[in-house]
Amino acid sequence: MSTLTPTVRLPPLETTGRVAFHRVLLSEWTKLRSVRSTKWSLGVGFLLTIAFPVIFSFVTSSHWGSMSPSERAGRHPLDIALAGVNVAQLAIAVLGVLLISAEYSTGSIRSTFTAVPKRLPVLWAKLSDYAAVSLVLILPAVLISFFASQAILAKHDILQISFTDPGVARAVLGGAIYVMLVGIFALAMGAIVRNTAGGIAAFAAIFFVLPPLMFVLPTSWNNAISQYLPSEAGRQLFSLHHAAHTLTPVAGGLLFAAYCAAAIAIAAVLLVRRDV
Amino acid sequence: MIEASELTKDYGSKRAVDGLSFTVQPGIVTGFLGPNGSGKSTTMRLILGLDAPTDGDVTVNGRHYRDHPAPLHEVGALLESRSVHTGRSAYNHLLALAQTHGIPKHRVTDLIDLVGLHEVARKRTGQFSLGMGQRLGIAQALLGDPKTVMLDEPVNGLDPEGIHWVRNLLKGLAAEGRTVFVSSHLMSEMALTADHLIVIGRGKLIADTSVDDFVARASQKVVIVRSPELERLRAELAGPGVSFAEAGRGALEVHGLTAEQVGNAAAGAGIVLHELTPQQASLEEAFMNLTRDELEFAADMEEAVA
Repeated sequence: MSTLTPTVRLPPLETTGRVAFHRVLLSEWTKLRSVRSTKWSLGVGFLLTIAFPVIFSFVTSSHWGSMSPSERAGRHPLDIALAGVNVAQLAIAVLGVLLISAEYSTGSIRSTFTAVPKRLPVLWAKLSDYAAVSLVLILPAVLISFFASQAILAKHDILQISFTDPGVARAVLGGAIYVMLVGIFALAMGAIVRNTAGGIAAFAAIFFVLPPLMFVLPTSWNNAISQYLPSEAGRQLFSLHHAAHTLTPVAGGLLFAAYCAAAIAIAAVLLVRRDV
Repeated sequence: MIEASELTKDYGSKRAVDGLSFTVQPGIVTGFLGPNGSGKSTTMRLILGLDAPTDGDVTVNGRHYRDHPAPLHEVGALLESRSVHTGRSAYNHLLALAQTHGIPKHRVTDLIDLVGLHEVARKRTGQFSLGMGQRLGIAQALLGDPKTVMLDEPVNGLDPEGIHWVRNLLKGLAAEGRTVFVSSHLMSEMALTADHLIVIGRGKLIADTSVDDFVARASQKVVIVRSPELERLRAELAGPGVSFAEAGRGALEVHGLTAEQVGNAAAGAGIVLHELTPQQASLEEAFMNLTRDELEFAADMEEAVA
């Protein structure tokens, strides 16, 4: 019987290429767009960035008449316009962790590293693709949220600022850059921890648990230390006011970028050294 | 060509691969045999550079896997453990791998057709059966038209038709001059597919030999003999190291003598024989005999140490 069965023949491959970074970039892009979690996380991130400022603008407008002068003074149009950034960063961070942790939980990392055994190009490509995608998505979102919230507030003729006012354009664009860097930081966390729950926990600990913990310290210590935390340093990218104990936008942004670089460096060293 | 020398891998205090040296030659199917947990999958991960060896070295087509500029053209591998994102479709999984080497899209669809996954190519692989997962893994292994094909338990979960298909595929790949290295814990499968065998137990090399030699070496001397005068024959053959088992219908299974020895003894006593058949141990039995020795030896050693 077996003699009658024709031999299965593998069709030859007419072209042969080698691994190159632009190819790994394309490969990682295919992976990014071909899982549901990407669409969900990015969609939620985009919507939240816009939804919160819109809701806050409506609420502020409708309650403006009953607000005390001190309450009114506490409202800043830029805080309203960028209110979504704090929420959207969670969606972007979760996806950042997942982009690499899911490769470990499903085992696809073995396929990935079989195709690109030098490994590091995979990390660079994931970071580049995700940075580009998150920036391209969140940048329009913060612009929309700025102009939408201003338009809503304009109906009641309150809290008006111009995009060209000093620091405003920087803060709006800074919000998008902050979210992009958060995604990068989270991806590095995922690569270090190699586990979805662990990666998200590590991110949450650094961004949401560490800052309030600082308040148990004496005020002078808190003031001295808090400004150098990743979340506080990064926040300066999109905040308009600067207190005595906060870094400037440039210094804060650079420090946050340095934290990202450090996390990436650790991830890179571990990626090359560890068995998969 | 795969060349391993003194390959060793420890996981913590457990030694998974222990000083393995072997060469897998092109042009033939080499079976990689061993009980579950004997270190086959670990060895394959070491070959692919997924795990780093504790000691020793392994190269594929003359270089470390990691140093090949186009690894998918050198080695196509099917790993035993699942290595596909369950949320991604088969098509996108293969496409992403192909793109790292600039392999065109139509190659992806060609291979999906070749392994018979056309109908489900756009479905998420999390919904795949074990057999479909194996077919996807085989498509992945062949994507880069590799010189060396390395498959870990490829027939696991396949139906008889699929098993037959894989067998033909492997023979065809070897006939084209490729190196084909296939692991299995099923000896019967290797008997039908492999030309050469590398057998390991507890991470150590037990045998590196052709299938025929392997069976011959591990076979015990067993002869089936049929005669109208069985009782006389039995008395004639009896001696130290010789035992008998009833084989039914006037036949006797003689252990410990060759067919020549039985024939000569019968002729000398003038006993008529109706059948004289040397029994080959099946590959399965041969394997069990060899690995049992290995396991018993290891157990004895542990007792001695304790």
